[in-house]
Amino acid sequence: MSKILVIAEHLGGKLNSSTARAVSAAIAVKGETIDVLVLADHADAIAAEAAKIDGVSRVLTVTRAENAHALAAVLAPQIARAAVGYSHVFVPSTTFGKDVAPRVAALLGVAQVSDVMSVEAAHTFKRPIYAGNAIITVEADASHTVVATIRSASWPAAGHGGNSAPIEALDIDVSLPAHTRFVELKQGSSDRPDLQSAGKVVSGGRGVGSKENFDIIFKFADRIGAAVGASRAAVDAGYVPSDLQVGQTGKIIAPELYMAIGISGAIQHLTGIKDAGTIVAINKDSEAPIFEIADLGLVGDLFKIIPELEQALG
Amino acid sequence: MKILVGYKRVVDYNVRIQVKPDGTGVVTDGVKLSANPFDDIALEEALRLREKGVATEVVVIGIGPADLTAHLRNGLAMGANRAVHVVTADAVQPLTAARVFLKLIEKEQPELVILGKQAIDDDANQTGQMLAALWDRPQATFASKVEIADGKATVTREVDAGLEVIEAELPAVITTDLRLNEPRFIKLPDIMKAKSKPIDTLELDSLGVETHDHLKTTHYAAPAKRSKGVMVKDAAELVTALKQKGLL
Repeated sequence: MSKILVIAEHLGGKLNSSTARAVSAAIAVKGETIDVLVLADHADAIAAEAAKIDGVSRVLTVTRAENAHALAAVLAPQIARAAVGYSHVFVPSTTFGKDVAPRVAALLGVAQVSDVMSVEAAHTFKRPIYAGNAIITVEADASHTVVATIRSASWPAAGHGGNSAPIEALDIDVSLPAHTRFVELKQGSSDRPDLQSAGKVVSGGRGVGSKENFDIIFKFADRIGAAVGASRAAVDAGYVPSDLQVGQTGKIIAPELYMAIGISGAIQHLTGIKDAGTIVAINKDSEAPIFEIADLGLVGDLFKIIPELEQALG
Repeated sequence: MKILVGYKRVVDYNVRIQVKPDGTGVVTDGVKLSANPFDDIALEEALRLREKGVATEVVVIGIGPADLTAHLRNGLAMGANRAVHVVTADAVQPLTAARVFLKLIEKEQPELVILGKQAIDDDANQTGQMLAALWDRPQATFASKVEIADGKATVTREVDAGLEVIEAELPAVITTDLRLNEPRFIKLPDIMKAKSKPIDTLELDSLGVETHDHLKTTHYAAPAKRSKGVMVKDAAELVTALKQKGLL
């Protein structure tokens, strides 16, 4: 029977929702055990949140000062040690998980399954390649631990509140490298919903035209309570910071409502939004590829349409 | 300082990938191949470090079949000093690629290895991290800015929460994100010059690397298509439609 270790992602003392999504994938394996591992300098509050996630058997904590920041070189040896006895190690496929999971896999001497979209059987998974233009079925060797990253947009967060899993401190005695050091995290301070977990996202592209013009996107997003995203073109042009980029190499998201405004819809961008519930496209070019996948399309000048939308909202 | 750069050849990013009807793979016959865009960025960064006097030699590494030589010549034309071609007819998974790089590191003793964060064919995003683990050295993934001084790399990383800055003692592995730089174009005289630059050829089997694949791809499928939606005539109609769906 499968025993699954899910690595918790957290920042600023808060559990990231990608963790509960990875737990959903673990539930799909139908294993006998799903343990969540929290590596932190102060693990208690994070562990308490993780213990509430439905399906979790135990929460294991490793509290060390070195775990204050998520440095892959520091976390990976601890995860690899904790993984002993588990059939699967699941990590969210966020920049956190993409950074650390392959390092764990290499320490264990196993391959990694990246971006798991579905679990077909305990060792059989589906994942996207070529920017999601092909979906492959991969079979992992059942005699080894499976290390996998879980594509957040493919999995709903496991329920929260009905569980109170036991929390146990783990003592992991491995020496940690000092060759990699955290300097700082520059975060765009924002009261807006988080792009990766928001139910509604409004994104702007090159058509918005400038950093100043992007205010119209922010204002409209605030009006409907949406997170803000952007195409690569808008980020490259310096309109918005890189953490807003949606697409193959940016964030892959699955909001209920995605509004692409002034985005032509390069294939790399479409990869990031394919799993959205409803896609709305607003673009002055009626031939823009974004209209091929949009559920609702409106051709016209965004600077005229957005005020009209705000007016129509009443 | 010597820099090794991973230089993978992939299906060009402009090609619309088609899955074969029998589900055994994607169509690659007659399809345009190019350098993995992230690897061009890796090579560009290495060349800039050499131009700044930080590095003295830039070596591009390719793993692939005999005809990979032409692709490595492009890397040389872009400015690499020399190339190493690890010859294999088989597709190589990230763990094997990392093991190959480790072998080459033992031989070449570089202070920096720069790889693309992912190849746009398998989108695995693994090789750099795996290499750093096997080498027991720092990794700085998803780099958008790199500064080398005093035996360490200060790297700005594009992470979900924003921009993270870390310090990594050399030697180290860096993987590139899109905004690290804009790769230069290859000029005709450089193509001529590249013809005389050396390419070392090694058989993968001669390296003594474990190449067993833990993962088997059993089926390829086209992604589920989103059906084409409807066009609305104005903002009011759009708002009405979204309200009907309970989205506004």
